[in-house]
Amino acid sequence: MKPAIELRSAVKRFGGVTAVDNVSLTIGDGEFFSLLGPSGCGKTTTLRMIAGFEFPDAGDILLHGTSIGTTPPHQRRVNTVFQSYALFPHMTVAGNIGFGLEMQRIAPTERERRVREALELVRLADYGERWPRQLSGGQQQRVALARALINRPEVLLLDEPLGALDQKLRKEMQLELKRMQERVGITFIFVTHDQEEALSMSDRIAVMHHGRVLQIGTPTAIYERPNCRFVADFIGDTNFLDGRITASHAGHAVITTDDGLVITGASDRSLTIGSTATVSLRPEKARLTIDVPPGDIANCFATTVDRVDYIGSDTRMLVRIGSERTVSVWEQNNRSTLDRDAYWQPGEAGYLWWPAENGLVLAE
Amino acid sequence: MAIGGITAAGARSGARRRLAMLLAPGLFWLIAFFAIPLVVVLAYSVAVPGPTGRVEWRFTLENYQRLFGETLYVSAYVRSLWVGLLTTLICLVAGYPLALFIVRQPPAWRAALLFLILIPFWTNFLVRTYAWMIILSNNGIVNTAIQSLGLPRQILYPGEGAVLVGLVYGQLPFMVLPLVAALDRFDFTLMEAAADLGASRRRAFWRIMLPLTAPGIAAGSVLVFIPTVGQFVVSDLLGGAKVDFLGNLLQRLFTRSNPPNWPLGSAMAVIFMVVLTVAIVAYFRATAEERR
Repeated sequence: MKPAIELRSAVKRFGGVTAVDNVSLTIGDGEFFSLLGPSGCGKTTTLRMIAGFEFPDAGDILLHGTSIGTTPPHQRRVNTVFQSYALFPHMTVAGNIGFGLEMQRIAPTERERRVREALELVRLADYGERWPRQLSGGQQQRVALARALINRPEVLLLDEPLGALDQKLRKEMQLELKRMQERVGITFIFVTHDQEEALSMSDRIAVMHHGRVLQIGTPTAIYERPNCRFVADFIGDTNFLDGRITASHAGHAVITTDDGLVITGASDRSLTIGSTATVSLRPEKARLTIDVPPGDIANCFATTVDRVDYIGSDTRMLVRIGSERTVSVWEQNNRSTLDRDAYWQPGEAGYLWWPAENGLVLAE
Repeated sequence: MAIGGITAAGARSGARRRLAMLLAPGLFWLIAFFAIPLVVVLAYSVAVPGPTGRVEWRFTLENYQRLFGETLYVSAYVRSLWVGLLTTLICLVAGYPLALFIVRQPPAWRAALLFLILIPFWTNFLVRTYAWMIILSNNGIVNTAIQSLGLPRQILYPGEGAVLVGLVYGQLPFMVLPLVAALDRFDFTLMEAAADLGASRRRAFWRIMLPLTAPGIAAGSVLVFIPTVGQFVVSDLLGGAKVDFLGNLLQRLFTRSNPPNWPLGSAMAVIFMVVLTVAIVAYFRATAEERR
């Protein structure tokens, strides 16, 4: 089976700005694939090139092995769910959903039947005769989805489709979208700047920045093994402990910071001694205890607690090592108690520690 | 509660008084200069024209019978409506792409282009119409250009063609401006959505853009059509007083003919008004249907 979508060194420039810079991607059939990045990173332009609203200045795009780089959008078997939904305000919900079939000159009886099916698929069976303006944001979103899916596209493109919804509805729609994708088995390419959304829904994620793809991987790989500082920083929260490499063995590297901390972290490649590097330590991957931890722990530092933020599920603390350095560490509140002593207080002393594999060494 | 009720009622009557005060000037204007003259015109249209131009106040429908019976008047009606329709159509076909082009420019350019559209209004309309007489005359630049191509000189002016050119020229901005406003409100993402769903550019235009900009088309068409049907200056100057439009006949009946025939002119104006009202109501009905 040919991949659903393949981008080969695709480039798109607007004036002097390179929006998409030499992007190559292979997206498998039936995959839920996310393009994730901050605004202006080129993710939407990439999607628009796949849809056909923009043509690449260089490189090519293949849909199931066929080049579509210069095919106009109406001749691509690809459909889009727009951020603003872009429902036709002068057509009913049924009219909107049936538009694609109408363009394909499908007979009205067949069209009606399929529109009814599509309405049922998005649980809006009784809404066919309504006007788009009479629907809530979530309902409009489902109409936009039905309008795209009814054409049985080879690939469905979704441009921040949940961006306009409130938090609760957004969560619901995330689940619904994911279920829908599993049901119809169509390849979804999903553009978002919301990392949590991308992590929870995707089979694979491409993290983009300044028009380039920095990393492609499963949600776990992207979160647990970011390949550069930007990805580590953009996905989730992390502490960066900057320094120079002082030792490098198989699977591990040691870096020494300017304030003299010696930190051992995981590294999948050998790094040049003396080169600058950073250790990315996620706040939930370090522990804070009153006593020195038992056993041989690679990284253990005496600290004082600087700040405590209780947020319900977690307690988020800023702890100080030495005079200058602060590190963020989160502790899960897995006991239910009102006892003040069960929680850390500012000014308390303790030990911050984590095993070597919990910190990731990233070369600069 | 009672006190609250009283003050609320007081506030309401105060609001009503303010509303009346705000409406009074406009209402006065409309009654004094629109409603009353309309009644006067209606009255004149069923009166008898006297031999010296004075009106004899006897009821008659003879004026209307004349207007429907004599070719001079019927053909002026038909010509006015036909040229009005043609002018509107040409303005629409020429104005739509222009408005679309303007809307798609970056904001600074847009303002400049809109300004350019409005610039002709800074020169008196008569002067601009005289300019067309010179441009279209036997030795004008159009004929010079035609002859330099080796073709025989054309009689462009005076005639119905020259009138049409002058009318389209004068009315085009009134079509373009409402179209710009309508296209400005149009969400161009919808065209992408249509293309995405398999519509060629042509089909997307007919199914999406045109119906959604119909209010602008309706407004522009009415703004062009009504003044065109009633005008007399352009047909007088560029038609060489040979091509009679409604406006020319009206002007003649009221001021130039000897004796003047106000009742016949009034009857003509009444028919004109009824025909236009019916046409416009029907037109708005049709475009409103499209918008639903």
